[in-house]
Amino acid sequence: MTLYDLCFYFFSIVAVFSSLIVISAKNTVHSVLFLILSFINGSALFVLLGAEFLAMILIVVYVGAVAVLFLFVVMMLDINFVKIREGFLQYMPLGILLGVVLLTELILVLISKKMMSSGLVEYSSIPNFSQNENTKDLGEVLYTDYFLLFQLSGFILLIAMIGSITLTLRTRSGVKKQNIFDQVNLDSKNQIVKKKVPLNKGIE
Amino acid sequence: MMNLFHINESLLNLILILLNIFAIIIPLFVSVAFLIYFERKVLAAIQLRRGPNVVGPFGLFQSFADAIKLITKENIIPRSSNKIVFILAPIITMVLSLIGWAVIPFSPGVVLADINVGIMYFFAISSLGVYGVIMAGWASNSQYPFLGALRSAAQMVSYEVSIGFVIISVLLCVGSLNLSKIVEAQEDIWFALPLLPMFIIFFISALAETNRLPFDLPEDEASLVAGFFTEYSSASFMLFFLGEYANMILMSAMTTILFLGGWLPLLNIEPFTLIPGPIWFILKTSFILFLFLWVRGTLPRYRYDQLMRLGWKVFLPFSLFWLVLTSSFLVFFDLLPK
Repeated sequence: MTLYDLCFYFFSIVAVFSSLIVISAKNTVHSVLFLILSFINGSALFVLLGAEFLAMILIVVYVGAVAVLFLFVVMMLDINFVKIREGFLQYMPLGILLGVVLLTELILVLISKKMMSSGLVEYSSIPNFSQNENTKDLGEVLYTDYFLLFQLSGFILLIAMIGSITLTLRTRSGVKKQNIFDQVNLDSKNQIVKKKVPLNKGIE
Repeated sequence: MMNLFHINESLLNLILILLNIFAIIIPLFVSVAFLIYFERKVLAAIQLRRGPNVVGPFGLFQSFADAIKLITKENIIPRSSNKIVFILAPIITMVLSLIGWAVIPFSPGVVLADINVGIMYFFAISSLGVYGVIMAGWASNSQYPFLGALRSAAQMVSYEVSIGFVIISVLLCVGSLNLSKIVEAQEDIWFALPLLPMFIIFFISALAETNRLPFDLPEDEASLVAGFFTEYSSASFMLFFLGEYANMILMSAMTTILFLGGWLPLLNIEPFTLIPGPIWFILKTSFILFLFLWVRGTLPRYRYDQLMRLGWKVFLPFSLFWLVLTSSFLVFFDLLPK
Protein backbone atom coordinates (compact mmCIF):
# COMPACT_ATOMS: atom_id res chain seq x y z
CA MET A 1 0.00 0.00 0.00
CA THR A 2 1.58 3.24 -1.08
CA LEU A 3 1.12 6.67 0.42
CA TYR A 4 -1.15 7.50 -2.52
CA ASP A 5 -3.52 4.62 -1.68
CA LEU A 6 -3.48 5.56 1.98
CA CYS A 7 -4.48 9.14 1.12
CA PHE A 8 -7.18 7.95 -1.24
CA TYR A 9 -8.78 5.64 1.32
CA PHE A 10 -8.54 8.24 4.06
CA PHE A 11 -10.19 10.98 2.02
CA SER A 12 -12.89 8.75 0.54
CA ILE A 13 -13.79 7.21 3.90
CA VAL A 14 -14.08 10.65 5.50
CA ALA A 15 -16.12 11.87 2.52
CA VAL A 16 -18.56 8.95 2.73
CA PHE A 17 -18.97 9.16 6.48
CA SER A 18 -19.43 12.91 6.53
CA SER A 19 -22.06 12.57 3.79
CA LEU A 20 -23.85 10.02 5.96
CA ILE A 21 -23.80 12.43 8.88
CA VAL A 22 -25.17 15.18 6.61
CA ILE A 23 -28.42 13.24 6.20
CA SER A 24 -28.58 11.82 9.73
CA ALA A 25 -27.49 14.71 11.96
CA LYS A 26 -30.21 16.17 14.17
CA ASN A 27 -28.83 19.68 14.10
CA THR A 28 -29.09 21.27 10.64
CA VAL A 29 -26.03 23.49 11.17
CA HIS A 30 -23.99 20.37 11.91
CA SER A 31 -25.36 18.88 8.68
CA VAL A 32 -24.07 21.84 6.68
CA LEU A 33 -20.69 21.73 8.42
CA PHE A 34 -20.33 18.05 7.53
CA LEU A 35 -21.43 18.84 3.97
CA ILE A 36 -18.50 21.27 3.83
CA LEU A 37 -16.19 18.55 5.16
CA SER A 38 -17.31 16.17 2.44
CA PHE A 39 -16.80 18.89 -0.22
CA ILE A 40 -13.26 19.43 1.01
CA ASN A 41 -12.55 15.70 0.91
CA GLY A 42 -13.97 15.56 -2.61
CA SER A 43 -11.57 18.28 -3.64
CA ALA A 44 -8.70 16.38 -2.02
CA LEU A 45 -9.69 13.37 -4.16
CA PHE A 46 -9.55 15.64 -7.22
CA VAL A 47 -6.01 16.62 -6.25
CA LEU A 48 -5.08 12.93 -6.00
CA LEU A 49 -6.46 12.46 -9.54
CA GLY A 50 -4.23 15.25 -10.77
CA ALA A 51 -7.15 17.60 -11.46
CA GLU A 52 -5.86 20.46 -9.32
CA PHE A 53 -7.86 23.17 -11.09
CA LEU A 54 -11.16 21.36 -10.51
CA ALA A 55 -10.18 20.79 -6.88
CA MET A 56 -9.63 24.51 -6.28
CA ILE A 57 -12.79 25.49 -8.19
CA LEU A 58 -14.79 23.02 -6.07
CA ILE A 59 -13.57 24.75 -2.91
CA VAL A 60 -14.01 28.30 -4.23
CA VAL A 61 -17.51 27.77 -5.62
CA TYR A 62 -19.11 25.17 -3.36
CA VAL A 63 -17.37 25.71 -0.04
CA GLY A 64 -16.54 29.39 -0.38
CA ALA A 65 -19.86 30.61 -1.77
CA VAL A 66 -22.69 28.06 -1.94
CA ALA A 67 -22.15 26.46 1.47
CA VAL A 68 -21.72 29.87 3.12
CA LEU A 69 -25.17 30.89 1.90
CA PHE A 70 -26.55 27.49 2.99
CA LEU A 71 -25.13 28.02 6.44
CA PHE A 72 -26.44 31.57 6.41
CA VAL A 73 -30.00 30.43 5.73
CA VAL A 74 -29.94 27.34 7.95
CA MET A 75 -28.59 29.27 10.93
CA MET A 76 -31.55 31.62 10.83
CA LEU A 77 -34.23 28.97 10.41
CA ASP A 78 -36.28 28.10 13.46
CA ILE A 79 -36.61 24.37 13.00
CA ASN A 80 -38.60 22.02 15.17
CA PHE A 81 -36.60 18.81 14.96
CA VAL A 82 -39.36 16.61 16.36
CA LYS A 83 -41.77 17.78 13.68
CA ILE A 84 -39.31 16.96 10.92
CA ARG A 85 -38.85 13.43 12.24
CA GLU A 86 -42.60 12.77 12.24
CA GLY A 87 -42.95 11.82 8.57
CA PHE A 88 -39.67 9.92 8.52
CA LEU A 89 -41.09 6.36 8.48
CA GLN A 90 -43.83 7.34 6.07
CA TYR A 91 -41.41 8.55 3.40
CA MET A 92 -38.68 5.99 4.03
CA PRO A 93 -39.92 3.29 1.58
CA LEU A 94 -40.03 5.83 -1.27
CA GLY A 95 -36.56 7.07 -0.40
CA ILE A 96 -35.13 3.57 -0.29
CA LEU A 97 -36.79 2.75 -3.62
CA LEU A 98 -35.25 5.83 -5.28
CA GLY A 99 -31.86 4.99 -3.81
CA VAL A 100 -31.99 1.40 -5.04
CA VAL A 101 -33.02 2.50 -8.55
CA LEU A 102 -30.16 4.99 -8.70
CA LEU A 103 -27.64 2.46 -7.41
CA THR A 104 -28.78 -0.18 -9.93
CA GLU A 105 -28.45 2.32 -12.75
CA LEU A 106 -24.93 3.22 -11.70
CA ILE A 107 -23.89 -0.41 -11.42
CA LEU A 108 -25.49 -1.25 -14.79
CA VAL A 109 -23.62 1.58 -16.47
CA LEU A 110 -20.34 0.42 -15.00
CA ILE A 111 -20.66 -3.30 -15.78
CA SER A 112 -22.53 -3.38 -19.08
CA LYS A 113 -20.43 -4.53 -22.04
CA LYS A 114 -22.48 -2.43 -24.43
CA MET A 115 -21.54 0.80 -22.69
CA MET A 116 -17.89 -0.20 -22.77
CA SER A 117 -17.95 -1.03 -26.46
CA SER A 118 -19.83 2.14 -27.42
CA GLY A 119 -16.94 4.18 -26.08
CA LEU A 120 -19.16 6.27 -23.84
CA VAL A 121 -17.40 5.26 -20.65
CA GLU A 122 -13.94 5.76 -22.09
CA TYR A 123 -14.99 9.11 -23.41
CA SER A 124 -16.07 10.32 -20.00
CA SER A 125 -13.12 8.95 -18.07
CA ILE A 126 -10.01 11.01 -17.33
CA PRO A 127 -8.95 12.77 -20.53
CA ASN A 128 -5.41 12.45 -21.68
CA PHE A 129 -4.10 15.69 -20.25
CA SER A 130 -0.46 16.65 -20.38
CA GLN A 131 1.22 16.43 -17.01
CA ASN A 132 2.20 20.00 -16.28
CA GLU A 133 -0.60 22.51 -16.84
CA ASN A 134 -4.02 21.16 -16.00
CA THR A 135 -5.72 24.55 -16.32
CA LYS A 136 -4.41 25.18 -19.80
CA ASP A 137 -5.55 21.77 -21.07
CA LEU A 138 -8.99 22.25 -19.59
CA GLY A 139 -9.30 25.66 -21.22
CA GLU A 140 -8.15 24.34 -24.59
CA VAL A 141 -10.88 21.70 -24.55
CA LEU A 142 -13.57 23.93 -23.10
CA TYR A 143 -13.11 26.92 -25.41
CA THR A 144 -12.72 24.93 -28.66
CA ASP A 145 -14.63 21.62 -28.83
CA TYR A 146 -17.29 22.46 -26.26
CA PHE A 147 -17.51 26.19 -26.83
CA LEU A 148 -21.24 26.27 -27.63
CA LEU A 149 -22.19 24.08 -24.67
CA PHE A 150 -20.01 26.20 -22.42
CA GLN A 151 -21.67 29.42 -23.57
CA LEU A 152 -25.09 27.81 -23.26
CA SER A 153 -24.50 26.81 -19.64
CA GLY A 154 -23.32 30.34 -18.98
CA PHE A 155 -26.57 31.72 -20.38
CA ILE A 156 -28.64 29.30 -18.33
CA LEU A 157 -26.89 30.53 -15.19
CA LEU A 158 -27.45 34.13 -16.26
CA ILE A 159 -31.17 33.49 -16.74
CA ALA A 160 -31.37 31.82 -13.34
CA MET A 161 -29.67 34.84 -11.81
CA ILE A 162 -32.01 37.32 -13.50
CA GLY A 163 -34.97 35.19 -12.41
CA SER A 164 -33.96 35.16 -8.77
CA ILE A 165 -33.30 38.89 -8.81
CA THR A 166 -36.72 39.67 -10.28
CA LEU A 167 -38.34 37.40 -7.71
CA THR A 168 -36.86 39.34 -4.82
CA LEU A 169 -37.11 42.80 -6.37
CA ARG A 170 -39.88 44.92 -4.93
CA THR A 171 -40.40 48.64 -4.78
CA ARG A 172 -41.60 49.92 -1.47
CA SER A 173 -42.80 53.44 -0.88
CA GLY A 174 -41.65 55.52 2.05
CA VAL A 175 -38.15 54.06 2.20
CA LYS A 176 -35.53 56.63 3.05
CA LYS A 177 -32.51 55.91 0.93
CA GLN A 178 -29.23 57.69 0.56
CA ASN A 179 -28.62 58.86 -2.99
CA ILE A 180 -24.93 59.61 -3.09
CA PHE A 181 -25.08 61.04 -6.60
CA ASP A 182 -27.70 63.61 -5.52
CA GLN A 183 -25.79 64.45 -2.38
CA VAL A 184 -22.55 65.11 -4.21
CA ASN A 185 -24.25 67.17 -6.90
CA LEU A 186 -26.00 69.55 -4.52
CA ASP A 187 -25.44 73.20 -5.32
CA SER A 188 -24.03 74.87 -2.23
CA LYS A 189 -25.65 78.24 -3.08
CA ASN A 190 -29.23 77.01 -2.81
CA GLN A 191 -28.80 75.10 0.44
CA ILE A 192 -29.34 77.97 2.87
CA VAL A 193 -32.36 80.15 2.23
CA LYS A 194 -32.97 83.35 4.14
CA LYS A 195 -36.64 83.82 5.05
CA LYS A 196 -38.49 86.46 6.91
CA VAL A 197 -40.48 84.79 9.71
CA PRO A 198 -43.69 86.58 10.74
CA LEU A 199 -44.03 86.99 14.51
CA ASN A 200 -46.24 84.42 16.31
CA LYS A 201 -46.99 82.62 13.03
CA GLY A 202 -43.85 80.86 11.92
CA ILE A 203 -43.31 79.25 8.58
CA GLU A 204 -43.56 75.75 7.29
CA MET B 1 16.95 -3.78 2.28
CA MET B 2 15.94 -1.65 -0.66
CA ASN B 3 12.49 -1.18 0.83
CA LEU B 4 13.89 0.01 4.13
CA PHE B 5 16.00 2.55 2.28
CA HIS B 6 12.90 3.88 0.53
CA ILE B 7 11.07 4.29 3.81
CA ASN B 8 14.07 6.12 5.23
CA GLU B 9 14.12 8.40 2.24
CA SER B 10 10.43 9.27 2.47
CA LEU B 11 10.80 9.79 6.23
CA LEU B 12 13.70 12.15 5.55
CA ASN B 13 11.51 13.99 3.05
CA LEU B 14 8.76 14.30 5.62
CA ILE B 15 11.17 15.69 8.22
CA LEU B 16 12.53 18.14 5.65
CA ILE B 17 9.02 19.37 4.83
CA LEU B 18 8.20 19.71 8.53
CA LEU B 19 11.38 21.76 9.05
CA ASN B 20 10.38 23.94 6.08
CA ILE B 21 6.96 24.49 7.62
CA PHE B 22 8.53 25.54 10.92
CA ALA B 23 10.90 27.84 9.06
CA ILE B 24 7.82 29.66 7.74
CA ILE B 25 5.54 29.53 10.79
CA ILE B 26 7.95 30.64 13.51
CA PRO B 27 9.07 33.84 11.73
CA LEU B 28 5.40 34.41 10.93
CA PHE B 29 4.41 34.30 14.61
CA VAL B 30 7.27 36.62 15.52
CA SER B 31 6.26 39.03 12.76
CA VAL B 32 2.64 38.94 13.98
CA ALA B 33 3.88 39.96 17.44
CA PHE B 34 5.89 42.82 15.99
CA LEU B 35 3.05 43.81 13.67
CA ILE B 36 0.82 44.32 16.70
CA TYR B 37 3.56 46.40 18.33
CA PHE B 38 4.06 48.33 15.07
CA GLU B 39 0.32 48.96 14.80
CA ARG B 40 0.14 50.39 18.31
CA LYS B 41 3.19 52.58 17.66
CA VAL B 42 1.82 53.88 14.33
CA LEU B 43 -1.59 54.62 15.83
CA ALA B 44 0.12 56.33 18.76
CA ALA B 45 2.16 58.48 16.39
CA ILE B 46 -0.96 59.43 14.45
CA GLN B 47 -2.75 60.38 17.68
CA LEU B 48 0.31 62.15 19.19
CA ARG B 49 0.78 59.56 21.96
CA ARG B 50 3.78 57.47 22.96
CA GLY B 51 2.35 53.99 22.53
CA PRO B 52 3.78 50.93 24.32
CA ASN B 53 7.15 51.86 25.83
CA VAL B 54 7.46 50.00 29.14
CA VAL B 55 8.11 46.30 28.44
CA GLY B 56 11.64 45.84 27.08
CA PRO B 57 13.61 48.46 25.12
CA PHE B 58 11.15 50.84 23.40
CA GLY B 59 8.36 48.52 24.54
CA LEU B 60 9.42 45.92 21.96
CA PHE B 61 8.32 42.96 24.09
CA GLN B 62 4.82 44.30 24.74
CA SER B 63 3.13 41.77 22.41
CA PHE B 64 4.94 38.83 24.02
CA ALA B 65 3.86 40.00 27.46
CA ASP B 66 0.27 40.28 26.18
CA ALA B 67 0.45 36.78 24.70
CA ILE B 68 1.67 35.28 27.99
CA LYS B 69 -1.04 37.16 29.85
CA LEU B 70 -3.74 35.81 27.49
CA ILE B 71 -2.52 32.21 27.69
CA THR B 72 -2.44 32.16 31.48
CA LYS B 73 -6.00 33.48 31.78
CA GLU B 74 -8.95 31.20 32.34
CA ASN B 75 -10.67 29.98 29.19
CA ILE B 76 -14.40 30.53 29.62
CA ILE B 77 -16.83 28.50 27.51
CA PRO B 78 -20.43 29.74 27.83
CA ARG B 79 -22.80 27.06 29.13
CA SER B 80 -25.39 27.58 26.38
CA SER B 81 -22.84 27.50 23.58
CA ASN B 82 -22.34 24.66 21.14
CA LYS B 83 -19.05 23.56 22.66
CA ILE B 84 -17.40 21.64 19.83
CA VAL B 85 -18.10 24.29 17.20
CA PHE B 86 -17.20 27.00 19.72
CA ILE B 87 -13.73 25.52 20.24
CA LEU B 88 -13.31 24.60 16.56
CA ALA B 89 -13.95 28.13 15.25
CA PRO B 90 -10.75 29.87 16.46
CA ILE B 91 -8.69 26.83 15.47
CA ILE B 92 -10.07 27.01 11.92
CA THR B 93 -9.34 30.74 11.70
CA MET B 94 -5.78 30.20 12.86
CA VAL B 95 -5.08 27.20 10.61
CA LEU B 96 -6.52 28.90 7.52
CA SER B 97 -4.34 31.94 8.07
CA LEU B 98 -1.28 29.65 8.23
CA ILE B 99 -1.86 27.24 5.33
CA GLY B 100 -2.11 30.07 2.81
CA TRP B 101 1.62 30.63 3.30
CA ALA B 102 2.43 27.29 1.66
CA VAL B 103 2.32 28.82 -1.83
CA ILE B 104 3.94 32.21 -1.17
CA PRO B 105 7.28 32.52 -2.99
CA PHE B 106 9.81 34.54 -0.97
CA SER B 107 12.50 34.57 -3.65
CA PRO B 108 13.17 32.55 -6.84
CA GLY B 109 12.59 28.89 -5.95
CA VAL B 110 12.14 29.57 -2.22
CA VAL B 111 8.58 28.33 -1.78
CA LEU B 112 7.13 25.42 0.18
CA ALA B 113 4.74 24.18 -2.52
CA ASP B 114 5.38 25.45 -6.04
CA ILE B 115 2.01 24.32 -7.42
CA ASN B 116 0.49 25.21 -10.79
CA VAL B 117 -2.69 26.64 -9.32
CA GLY B 118 -1.03 28.72 -6.59
CA ILE B 119 -3.29 31.73 -6.98
CA MET B 120 -6.42 29.56 -7.05
CA TYR B 121 -5.22 27.88 -3.86
CA PHE B 122 -4.82 31.28 -2.21
CA PHE B 123 -8.28 32.33 -3.41
CA ALA B 124 -9.82 29.11 -2.08
CA ILE B 125 -8.14 29.54 1.31
CA SER B 126 -9.23 33.15 1.63
CA SER B 127 -12.80 32.20 0.72
CA LEU B 128 -12.76 29.61 3.53
CA GLY B 129 -11.78 32.28 6.05
CA VAL B 130 -15.41 33.22 6.62
CA TYR B 131 -16.15 29.87 8.32
CA GLY B 132 -14.13 30.63 11.43
CA VAL B 133 -16.15 33.81 11.93
CA ILE B 134 -19.58 32.41 11.11
CA MET B 135 -19.04 29.31 13.28
CA ALA B 136 -17.87 31.44 16.19
CA GLY B 137 -20.92 33.67 15.89
CA TRP B 138 -23.37 30.79 15.74
CA ALA B 139 -21.77 28.61 18.42
CA SER B 140 -21.62 31.46 20.95
CA ASN B 141 -25.44 31.39 21.08
CA SER B 142 -25.63 35.09 21.82
CA GLN B 143 -27.00 38.07 19.91
CA TYR B 144 -23.94 40.25 19.33
CA PRO B 145 -21.68 37.49 18.03
CA PHE B 146 -24.46 36.24 15.79
CA LEU B 147 -25.01 39.68 14.25
CA GLY B 148 -21.27 40.03 13.77
CA ALA B 149 -21.10 36.65 12.05
CA LEU B 150 -23.95 37.51 9.67
CA ARG B 151 -22.34 40.81 8.77
CA SER B 152 -19.01 39.14 8.18
CA ALA B 153 -20.45 36.37 6.00
CA ALA B 154 -22.23 38.83 3.70
CA GLN B 155 -19.25 41.17 3.61
CA MET B 156 -16.62 38.57 2.78
CA VAL B 157 -18.71 36.91 0.07
CA SER B 158 -19.35 40.32 -1.54
CA TYR B 159 -15.75 41.45 -1.68
CA GLU B 160 -14.48 38.08 -2.86
CA VAL B 161 -16.24 38.70 -6.18
CA SER B 162 -14.21 41.79 -7.00
CA ILE B 163 -11.01 40.13 -5.72
CA GLY B 164 -11.73 37.33 -8.19
CA PHE B 165 -12.01 39.76 -11.10
CA VAL B 166 -8.79 41.51 -10.06
CA ILE B 167 -6.97 38.19 -9.93
CA ILE B 168 -8.30 37.23 -13.38
CA SER B 169 -7.08 40.47 -14.93
CA VAL B 170 -3.61 39.88 -13.47
CA LEU B 171 -3.68 36.31 -14.76
CA LEU B 172 -4.50 37.58 -18.26
CA CYS B 173 -1.24 39.54 -18.24
CA VAL B 174 0.77 36.57 -16.94
CA GLY B 175 -0.68 33.49 -18.61
CA SER B 176 -0.08 31.22 -15.63
CA LEU B 177 -1.62 30.54 -12.23
CA ASN B 178 1.76 29.88 -10.65
CA LEU B 179 2.75 32.61 -8.18
CA SER B 180 6.45 32.46 -9.06
CA LYS B 181 5.60 33.01 -12.72
CA ILE B 182 3.36 35.94 -11.76
CA VAL B 183 6.36 37.60 -10.12
CA GLU B 184 8.67 36.75 -13.03
CA ALA B 185 6.21 38.35 -15.47
CA GLN B 186 6.75 41.68 -13.69
CA GLU B 187 10.47 41.93 -14.52
CA ASP B 188 9.84 44.79 -16.95
CA ILE B 189 7.12 46.63 -15.12
CA TRP B 190 5.24 46.01 -11.89
CA PHE B 191 1.54 45.40 -12.45
CA ALA B 192 0.75 48.20 -9.99
CA LEU B 193 1.37 50.72 -12.81
CA PRO B 194 -0.57 49.35 -15.81
CA LEU B 195 -3.31 47.93 -13.56
CA LEU B 196 -3.39 50.78 -11.04
CA PRO B 197 -7.21 50.83 -10.57
CA MET B 198 -7.17 47.05 -10.00
CA PHE B 199 -4.36 47.49 -7.46
CA ILE B 200 -6.48 49.98 -5.52
CA ILE B 201 -9.57 47.76 -5.70
CA PHE B 202 -7.55 44.77 -4.52
CA PHE B 203 -6.13 46.73 -1.60
CA ILE B 204 -9.55 47.99 -0.48
CA SER B 205 -11.10 44.54 -0.91
CA ALA B 206 -8.23 43.11 1.14
CA LEU B 207 -9.21 45.52 3.92
CA ALA B 208 -12.78 44.21 3.76
CA GLU B 209 -11.67 40.58 3.49
CA THR B 210 -9.51 40.81 6.62
CA ASN B 211 -12.23 42.73 8.53
CA ARG B 212 -9.98 45.73 9.00
CA LEU B 213 -11.08 49.32 9.42
CA PRO B 214 -12.89 51.04 7.76
CA PHE B 215 -14.75 47.75 7.12
CA ASP B 216 -14.49 46.14 10.56
CA LEU B 217 -18.26 45.89 10.99
CA PRO B 218 -18.14 42.23 12.13
CA GLU B 219 -16.37 43.39 15.31
CA ASP B 220 -17.79 46.89 15.44
CA GLU B 221 -17.13 47.72 19.11
CA ALA B 222 -19.45 50.71 19.11
CA SER B 223 -22.56 48.63 18.38
CA LEU B 224 -21.67 44.94 18.80
CA VAL B 225 -19.37 44.89 21.88
CA ALA B 226 -16.67 42.87 20.10
CA GLY B 227 -18.70 41.26 17.32
CA PHE B 228 -18.17 37.58 16.65
CA PHE B 229 -15.59 37.04 19.42
CA THR B 230 -17.53 38.69 22.22
CA GLU B 231 -17.81 35.39 24.12
CA TYR B 232 -14.20 34.34 23.62
CA SER B 233 -11.50 34.64 26.22
CA SER B 234 -7.94 33.60 26.90
CA ALA B 235 -6.21 31.32 24.38
CA SER B 236 -9.19 31.00 22.02
CA PHE B 237 -9.40 34.80 21.83
CA MET B 238 -5.68 34.87 21.12
CA LEU B 239 -6.09 32.40 18.26
CA PHE B 240 -8.62 34.74 16.63
CA PHE B 241 -6.32 37.67 17.17
CA LEU B 242 -3.25 35.88 15.79
CA GLY B 243 -5.26 34.50 12.86
CA GLU B 244 -6.53 37.94 11.94
CA TYR B 245 -3.07 39.50 11.94
CA ALA B 246 -1.51 36.54 10.11
CA ASN B 247 -4.26 36.97 7.52
CA MET B 248 -3.37 40.64 7.21
CA ILE B 249 0.26 39.76 6.52
CA LEU B 250 -0.85 37.09 4.03
CA MET B 251 -3.02 39.59 2.17
CA SER B 252 -0.17 42.12 2.09
CA ALA B 253 2.22 39.47 0.79
CA MET B 254 -0.34 38.62 -1.89
CA THR B 255 -0.69 42.28 -2.89
CA THR B 256 3.10 42.42 -3.14
CA ILE B 257 3.22 39.34 -5.36
CA LEU B 258 0.35 40.37 -7.62
CA PHE B 259 1.15 44.06 -8.06
CA LEU B 260 4.51 45.06 -6.57
CA GLY B 261 6.72 42.45 -8.18
CA GLY B 262 7.35 40.17 -5.18
CA TRP B 263 11.09 39.72 -4.66
CA LEU B 264 12.11 41.93 -7.62
CA PRO B 265 14.16 45.06 -6.85
CA LEU B 266 12.73 48.53 -7.34
CA LEU B 267 14.92 49.18 -10.39
CA ASN B 268 17.09 46.61 -12.11
CA ILE B 269 20.34 48.57 -11.60
CA GLU B 270 23.37 48.31 -9.32
CA PRO B 271 22.51 49.66 -5.83
CA PHE B 272 19.06 48.05 -5.84
CA THR B 273 20.10 44.63 -7.13
CA LEU B 274 22.62 44.24 -4.29
CA ILE B 275 19.80 43.83 -1.77
CA PRO B 276 18.66 40.17 -1.77
CA GLY B 277 15.16 39.21 -2.96
CA PRO B 278 13.58 38.20 0.38
CA ILE B 279 14.54 41.58 1.85
CA TRP B 280 12.72 43.34 -0.99
CA PHE B 281 9.74 41.07 -0.43
CA ILE B 282 9.65 41.88 3.30
CA LEU B 283 10.09 45.61 2.64
CA LYS B 284 7.20 45.73 0.17
CA THR B 285 4.96 43.65 2.44
CA SER B 286 5.76 45.96 5.35
CA PHE B 287 4.87 48.95 3.20
CA ILE B 288 1.43 47.48 2.42
CA LEU B 289 0.99 46.65 6.11
CA PHE B 290 1.81 50.25 6.95
CA LEU B 291 -0.94 51.31 4.53
CA PHE B 292 -3.35 49.00 6.43
CA LEU B 293 -2.46 50.74 9.70
CA TRP B 294 -2.48 54.21 8.18
CA VAL B 295 -6.01 53.62 6.87
CA ARG B 296 -7.05 52.46 10.33
CA GLY B 297 -5.69 55.60 11.94
CA THR B 298 -7.29 57.92 9.40
CA LEU B 299 -10.72 56.77 8.23
CA PRO B 300 -13.98 56.41 10.14
CA ARG B 301 -15.96 53.17 9.98
CA TYR B 302 -18.33 52.60 7.04
CA ARG B 303 -22.05 52.18 7.56
CA TYR B 304 -23.19 48.67 6.58
CA ASP B 305 -25.33 49.74 3.60
CA GLN B 306 -22.46 51.89 2.34
CA LEU B 307 -20.17 48.90 2.57
CA MET B 308 -22.53 46.74 0.51
CA ARG B 309 -23.08 49.53 -1.99
CA LEU B 310 -19.34 49.93 -2.47
CA GLY B 311 -18.85 46.21 -2.96
CA TRP B 312 -21.70 45.44 -5.33
CA LYS B 313 -22.50 48.71 -7.08
CA VAL B 314 -19.06 50.27 -7.44
CA PHE B 315 -16.31 47.63 -7.30
CA LEU B 316 -18.10 44.80 -9.08
CA PRO B 317 -19.12 46.75 -12.23
CA PHE B 318 -15.84 48.63 -12.34
CA SER B 319 -13.63 45.56 -11.98
CA LEU B 320 -15.73 43.76 -14.60
CA PHE B 321 -15.33 46.72 -16.95
CA TRP B 322 -11.59 46.90 -16.34
CA LEU B 323 -11.28 43.15 -16.90
CA VAL B 324 -12.93 43.50 -20.32
CA LEU B 325 -10.74 46.52 -21.06
CA THR B 326 -7.56 44.65 -20.10
CA SER B 327 -8.39 41.63 -22.20
CA SER B 328 -9.39 43.72 -25.24
CA PHE B 329 -6.19 45.73 -24.92
CA LEU B 330 -4.12 42.57 -24.75
CA VAL B 331 -5.88 41.04 -27.74
CA PHE B 332 -5.81 44.23 -29.83
CA PHE B 333 -2.06 44.85 -29.37
CA ASP B 334 -1.31 41.12 -29.52
CA LEU B 335 0.30 41.18 -26.08
CA LEU B 336 -1.34 38.03 -24.73
CA PRO B 337 1.23 35.71 -23.13
CA LYS B 338 1.88 32.67 -25.28
